[in-house]
Amino acid sequence: MGAGHHHQLYRAGDTLIHRLPPQCKLAAVAGFALVVVATPREWFWAFGLYVLLLAAVALAARVPAGFVLRRMVVEIPFVVFAVAIPFIGLGERVSFMGLSLSVAGLWAAWNILAKATLGVIASVLLAATTEPRLMLLGAQRLKLPPLLVQIAMFMLRYMDVILEEMRRMRVARESRGFVARDVRHIPVIARSAGALFIRSYERGERVHLAMLSRGYTGSLPIIQDLSASSRQWLIAGMLPGAALVTLLGTWGLLA
Amino acid sequence: MHVPDGFFNVAVSLSAGVVAAAGVAVCLRGARRELDDRTAPMAGLVAAFIFAVQMLNFPVAAGTSGHLLGGTLAAILVGPYTAVLCVAVVLLVQGFFFADGGLTALGINITLMGIVAILVGWFVFRLITRTLSSRTAVVAASFVAALISVPAAALAFSLLFWIGGTAPIDVGTVAMAMGGVHVLIGIGEGLITAVTVSTVLAIRPDLVYGARGLAVPLVLRGAGGDVTVTRESPVPVSSRRPGWFLPAGLAVVALLAGIVSFYASSSPDGLERVAQDKGFIGQATDHSLAEQPLADYGDAGGIPVGVAGLIGAGVTLAAGGGLFFAVRRRTRKEEVSV
Amino acid sequence: MTPSLEVSRLAYAYPDGTQALFGVDFAIGRGERVALLGPNGAGKTTLVMHLNGILTAGHGTVTVAGLPVAKNSLKEIRRRVGLVFQDPDDQLFMPTVREDVAFGPANLGITGEELERRVKDALDRVGMLETIDRPPHHLSFGQRRRVAVATVLAMEPEILVLDEPSSNLDPASRRELAEVLRGLDVTVLMVTHDLPYALELCDRALILSGGVIAADGPTREILSDADLLAAHRLELPYGFAPP
Repeated sequence: MGAGHHHQLYRAGDTLIHRLPPQCKLAAVAGFALVVVATPREWFWAFGLYVLLLAAVALAARVPAGFVLRRMVVEIPFVVFAVAIPFIGLGERVSFMGLSLSVAGLWAAWNILAKATLGVIASVLLAATTEPRLMLLGAQRLKLPPLLVQIAMFMLRYMDVILEEMRRMRVARESRGFVARDVRHIPVIARSAGALFIRSYERGERVHLAMLSRGYTGSLPIIQDLSASSRQWLIAGMLPGAALVTLLGTWGLLA
Repeated sequence: MHVPDGFFNVAVSLSAGVVAAAGVAVCLRGARRELDDRTAPMAGLVAAFIFAVQMLNFPVAAGTSGHLLGGTLAAILVGPYTAVLCVAVVLLVQGFFFADGGLTALGINITLMGIVAILVGWFVFRLITRTLSSRTAVVAASFVAALISVPAAALAFSLLFWIGGTAPIDVGTVAMAMGGVHVLIGIGEGLITAVTVSTVLAIRPDLVYGARGLAVPLVLRGAGGDVTVTRESPVPVSSRRPGWFLPAGLAVVALLAGIVSFYASSSPDGLERVAQDKGFIGQATDHSLAEQPLADYGDAGGIPVGVAGLIGAGVTLAAGGGLFFAVRRRTRKEEVSV
Repeated sequence: MTPSLEVSRLAYAYPDGTQALFGVDFAIGRGERVALLGPNGAGKTTLVMHLNGILTAGHGTVTVAGLPVAKNSLKEIRRRVGLVFQDPDDQLFMPTVREDVAFGPANLGITGEELERRVKDALDRVGMLETIDRPPHHLSFGQRRRVAVATVLAMEPEILVLDEPSSNLDPASRRELAEVLRGLDVTVLMVTHDLPYALELCDRALILSGGVIAADGPTREILSDADLLAAHRLELPYGFAPP
């Protein structure tokens, strides 16, 4: 996880996809990911159709391909893992360019790479077209416990504040000539973490006081109504629906 | 260690989701007891803190670096219930807003990095601090607890992988590799956790949940000289520990995932191969086909594994939903009775 | 006429035994703007925490427009006393300016068009209406402090209590906030060690020192009394003399 990793993915816009209620989009992406994960890995062209479906969504949402590709870096650790599988996998082996590879391992690597990639693209499209706070409200409409939603809301609100405090502490360390190089430097970093925790905790206490001062009694007022029409559900349902049709259709063709 | 989509089959993903949901439900109740109406802002800030420290890369050995998971640290600082919520929220936010960790793998990620890591870490921590209670013991216990929690989560990963992983790797190899690497990462985790806890102990000892037994007695100054009184416990420590949850949770994952995978595996390898060899897929759909070797997915009457996986997912969800609501209902009842 | 705020014989000790307030007495009439001055550690913040019942008095009473601060009156007290915290990041905790300003009135049970009217009105009074849909953390520090003032104005408070309103502001933001505060027709209690700011905005000043009110009078007179200021660790900026 690199440092620039916390930049949010949301891209403001006013397309059909942006306007869909967040609970519809969340459900659609989750459903799509489920269908993808359930697809047998041998059905190559089903995966091809899934990519086309996502491309259509990206087009409708005017999210450029380069943007999506740049965000794929989160996948890298697992690409490394997937590449290793054919070497350590069990079973029948083939020889390719002098390397002995496990057939089942190759299949597994393909399976993980294909599904993880589709999952990441779908998630990136969701995050790129949905404002974070609306996503949380949508999750609440999908019965995520309100307390969890509140915690996530506070986390999103204060993430940048705390990262900024952490950055200032690092600048303070480095301006006095400290650079973390090996294990012996871990205590220095950890002491910063301790100080950061105290600051975060005390801020939490102050935020709580500020909330009490304005009449907080344990639940956040819901100010925005997020109802979705059946038409909107229908539009959102097109992504997992088309994926499911692909899955079933492929089965039908093979049968 | 954020597991992406496609790493585990549908059955294991959803079963873990159920365990994660039930665990979070238990912790929602526990955290309310620890923090009452401060839960949302406090846990939110601590979650933001964990998110931030996860970006602290620390050098492990020459050329490699690891980063903190932070679960045990959070448990020692704010208590295990709140810690699980914080880690769960961090993972939710990473999945939803940063596309980090697959949405279908959210349950697995929360189960491993939230529930398993924190329960093991907290259990070890309590085991040590119950017999030895001093500031040094708290710091030492933090080190050991955090160190053990990381390979424990890695081993739980291997267990899930054995049940429903999608790669044909010998489970022993997975466990060895995951465990080995994560012991190294665990040392870093342990060091950072211990020093962080000792820093907070030095400045605001009252903030360390795991060191509440260390509070010094109060002195009352009166005409008759100083009188020492014991401090009234500020927060009642729960008598019922969530210790049962880890074994119970893993057993449920194993059971659900095992049964469902067995009959309706979406796994296109391992289990499926076994299923094909033994004709289980036919058995699951039509007993008359039991003797027929299934050459391919197109075999008449055989439901393709993917579709079967979806059916299995439905079954899992129904079973898991029942469990989740059972926990929730019990939670409500207890809230009323308290 | 009932004063907006009346504090009498207020004493308080922290749970650890440290006593911070030793019998504070003062009253603020409706529409007054009063500065509460005092050195660090004088008990200013502790006093402020009593005004809306976050801390409960160990002895004595706080009365807001005739209503005593007590457990059963907390909801109404918190509507009547609008507390603006020193760090606007502590105060602005909701995802957007609109939701943040709406938080207080919504907790009072106000909904729909009335809520929207209150939010817009409060933002308009601090000149921040155009930021209504922005996330608070994208605003400048001075803008955030003005929005923080709006969050309590939306509750239509009896008295506005500001903790160090001019801290960390650049000169232009400082002046803009002064203009906003001067334009409000509510009772204001301003806690500060920015003496020129107190003089600019408040006709009357209190000095809280050692947990008691050490002086109460016209701001100009208090700031002209060099001995009084020196006795309570208050100093005017270099080259500044009350006109």
